[in-house]
Amino acid sequence: MVEAVNTYQIDTVNAMASAVKSMAKAASDWLTFAFDVPFARAVVFGVHIGGHLFVEGLLLVVILFLLSQKSYKPPKRPLTKKEIDELCDEWVPESLIPPITKEMQCEPPVLESAAGPHTIIDGKDVVNFTSANYLGLIGHEKLLESCSSALEKYGVGSCGPRGFYGTIDVHVDCEARIAKFLGTSDSILYVILLNFGDEGVHWGIQNGLYLSRSTIVYFKHNNMESLQSTLEKVTQDNKRAKKLRRYIVVEAVYQNSGQIAPLDEIIRLKEKYFFRVLLDESNSFGVLGSSGRGLTEHWGVPIEKIDIVTAAMGHALATEGGFCTGSARVIDHQRLSSSGYVFSASLPPYLASAAITAIDVLEENPELIKKLKQNITTLRKGLSDIRGLEIASDPQSPIIFLKLKQSTGSSSDLELFEDIAERVPKEDNVFVATSKRSKLDKCTLPVGIRLFVSAGHTESDLQKA
Amino acid sequence: MITIPYLTALTTYFSYGLLFAFGQLRDFFRKLIDWWQASNLQGYAPICLGLEDFYVRRLYLRIQDCFGRPISSPPDAWFDVVERVSNDNNKTLKRTTKISRCLNLGSYNYLGFAASDEYCTPRVVESMKRFSPSTCSTRVDGGTTTLHNELEDCVASFVGKPAALVFGMGYVTNSAILPVLIGKGGLIISDSLNHNSIVNGARGSGASIRVFQHNTPSHLEKVLREHIAEGQPRTHRPWKKIIVVVEGIYSMEGELCKLPEIVAISKKYKAYVYLDEAHSIGAVGKSGRGVCELLGVDTADVDIMMGTFTKSFGSCGGYIAGSKDLIQYLKYSCPAHLYATSISPPAAQQIISAIKVILGEDGSSRGAQKLARIRENSNFFRSELQKMGFEVLGDNDSPVMPIMLYNPAKIPAFSRECLKQNVAVVTVAFPATPLLLARARICISAAHSREDMIKALEVISRVGDMVGIKYFPAEPKKEQLEENRVKLE
Repeated sequence: MVEAVNTYQIDTVNAMASAVKSMAKAASDWLTFAFDVPFARAVVFGVHIGGHLFVEGLLLVVILFLLSQKSYKPPKRPLTKKEIDELCDEWVPESLIPPITKEMQCEPPVLESAAGPHTIIDGKDVVNFTSANYLGLIGHEKLLESCSSALEKYGVGSCGPRGFYGTIDVHVDCEARIAKFLGTSDSILYVILLNFGDEGVHWGIQNGLYLSRSTIVYFKHNNMESLQSTLEKVTQDNKRAKKLRRYIVVEAVYQNSGQIAPLDEIIRLKEKYFFRVLLDESNSFGVLGSSGRGLTEHWGVPIEKIDIVTAAMGHALATEGGFCTGSARVIDHQRLSSSGYVFSASLPPYLASAAITAIDVLEENPELIKKLKQNITTLRKGLSDIRGLEIASDPQSPIIFLKLKQSTGSSSDLELFEDIAERVPKEDNVFVATSKRSKLDKCTLPVGIRLFVSAGHTESDLQKA
Repeated sequence: MITIPYLTALTTYFSYGLLFAFGQLRDFFRKLIDWWQASNLQGYAPICLGLEDFYVRRLYLRIQDCFGRPISSPPDAWFDVVERVSNDNNKTLKRTTKISRCLNLGSYNYLGFAASDEYCTPRVVESMKRFSPSTCSTRVDGGTTTLHNELEDCVASFVGKPAALVFGMGYVTNSAILPVLIGKGGLIISDSLNHNSIVNGARGSGASIRVFQHNTPSHLEKVLREHIAEGQPRTHRPWKKIIVVVEGIYSMEGELCKLPEIVAISKKYKAYVYLDEAHSIGAVGKSGRGVCELLGVDTADVDIMMGTFTKSFGSCGGYIAGSKDLIQYLKYSCPAHLYATSISPPAAQQIISAIKVILGEDGSSRGAQKLARIRENSNFFRSELQKMGFEVLGDNDSPVMPIMLYNPAKIPAFSRECLKQNVAVVTVAFPATPLLLARARICISAAHSREDMIKALEVISRVGDMVGIKYFPAEPKKEQLEENRVKLE
């Protein structure tokens, strides 16, 4: 019985196998027939079409279909109005100003009279060492006279920018006078000088450099080797940028430390590396050099070698504002493109006439400069033996800068100095200033006490100090 | 917003294209000639690259005599303009000794304080004798006099804020205050037509800057919402603070800013408002207190108010007014306060006296008269110009009126023809305005009398016909004679 079943099964399997075989044979016959269909062997455009091309064609169609399907990106959902509302409600801004600390509360002393060599504070007469009044021109009669007549004639303001009827003839005269004095071809007047490095440069220069969107590279304060190495580096990096304008910006007498720049070396470096020099002579105009022409005279360098000279008139010339001189091309370019010149009102005419008078006075009286130099030396001698403090500025600079022999490098230094500065007017009737720094300043020089020496100080004043 | 008619746009583009082509041609020849003759200064990069001062050399120099005209008298209603001649086709101009007395339509002399004033000038001279023309030192070192403190109190009470801080120059005020108030991580949203000093201050601060369409509060709202929701670019951290900067009167358009809406929106989104009232302080508002008074905005809502003294007060300098804490903080940290020489004492005295006159504290009603007069003058002038068919911009009550010129050739034509007929106007072209939209800007002052204005109108109308800038149809003059005849009959 089992054998019968087995054979029956084997028979069915055989039958199925043979049926499958015959079906496969039929299919392959059909396939071969299909592939042997006349057109399949046709020669189209000289290309022999084989049947396999159908499969490839099909594959191609499938691939194209898949590619054309968009890939799955998570849907972009822009913030709904409600969400934006929530975010806006949640957002809390910082307060506009940080909280006021005690050190911010101190008020500067208030003067009750002109800021000359002697001034009145709180009813007391003190010797004033804080005004950069180097030639003692504050309160000078000629200056006052010319100012009053200018005030009577022109009123106070000039009511317009230089381009639109703000150019009063005194402006043009003043510019010409400055140019004649310095020996350059032209000059241009500003209302306040924020021109646009040495690490010790003051904030105005820093801001100007930053706004000009040029790359700024600082070199160590007044250190010529550092300057040289920086220049080397910069020139090597920018070999291809032959058209890049490169400037060295230095101050003649640094406001923050009282040092004098070694101009002859700077000129040598500049000519070697093809940079242009921008010299800020705020504190040296009218002071250095035998006739007050500034740093160039001091070092005996012809002024054409400096490309741009800027200076604030608020110091030696006892007026406000600033000017910039140089070759005519540079100055003309500034007239149209310097935003501080084009977009703001021009200098009040009485200040311009004061500047003219001041330069006249300076030219006529060179002994003012001698007196200033004498005063500087006397004061230095007197100050050099105060314990704990040392003089950190150049022997010839009119700003005497005292710093601690051992500074702790922290803000307690500043407090100590402020203490001194507060006590000194009360006890000895002398008025000095500490150097203040805005938090925006990148200067890293140590803080100290600054004394501005003036030609108006008499011997007794200096002794008191 | 100004919509420029198509034909005018076409002709303006064509003119500029022609000027540009000629300029390039001349540059090409210049290069040839220079190559012929060797130049000195080898090895130095030139101070100005070729195309940078192309505009200056080829376009501006042609019409240079329209700008920078020197005057030899105070910029009052009538002043003396010094004539200049040029021997080398306008490249350099030399002053002559001839002067011509012209009507001044260009100086910012809104209340007429420009020349010596009977109340102000004696006090100014006195203060100068007492304090000398300059203090030669910064405010913190030794430049603060009693005058400075008095001035700050005066300004604060005039503007309507608890405290104020004064600087020597208006431009510096903006450039030095914005970096102190906001730094990296903050956002400054400023009007698209803000003044260059604000732009410089904003750039110097290091904050991100976004611009909203001029005087469009709805766009301001959209920008605010978008940016608060997104946060800082790339990191998406929330912003540290947002300051919205607007001006009271825009000097090139003469428009008042839509202050109530802008303040409302800023309050809603907790942004701070910085208002620059350079042109509007002293000139608008019932008692001269500026755009806040005119539009009815409470001064406590505006966080920082800034202004200058050059325009309405006849002096120089700028101020910031705000809360006591704000001013205290600025005194401690603002570089312009710490490093720049303080404002000149006579200038300070002029401001104090001018404010006293405006408020009537000098015992006369000159201040109120001046304010009424400038309002009447501006409205009269503007309506007359519009009747004549000129395209005049600006809102009512604003003393600044630009007249559209568009075409670059009309700029010198208008300016020179007016000068020939003894009216001095100011024309403004490319860097200060968009390329196509050159204009002539008229600033009315309280010192102008009715006759002055009528003369000015006649001259401008005649020159306008000659130059062809009456873009709008003129309103027909009423046939008054006929009417009279009818009445008689």
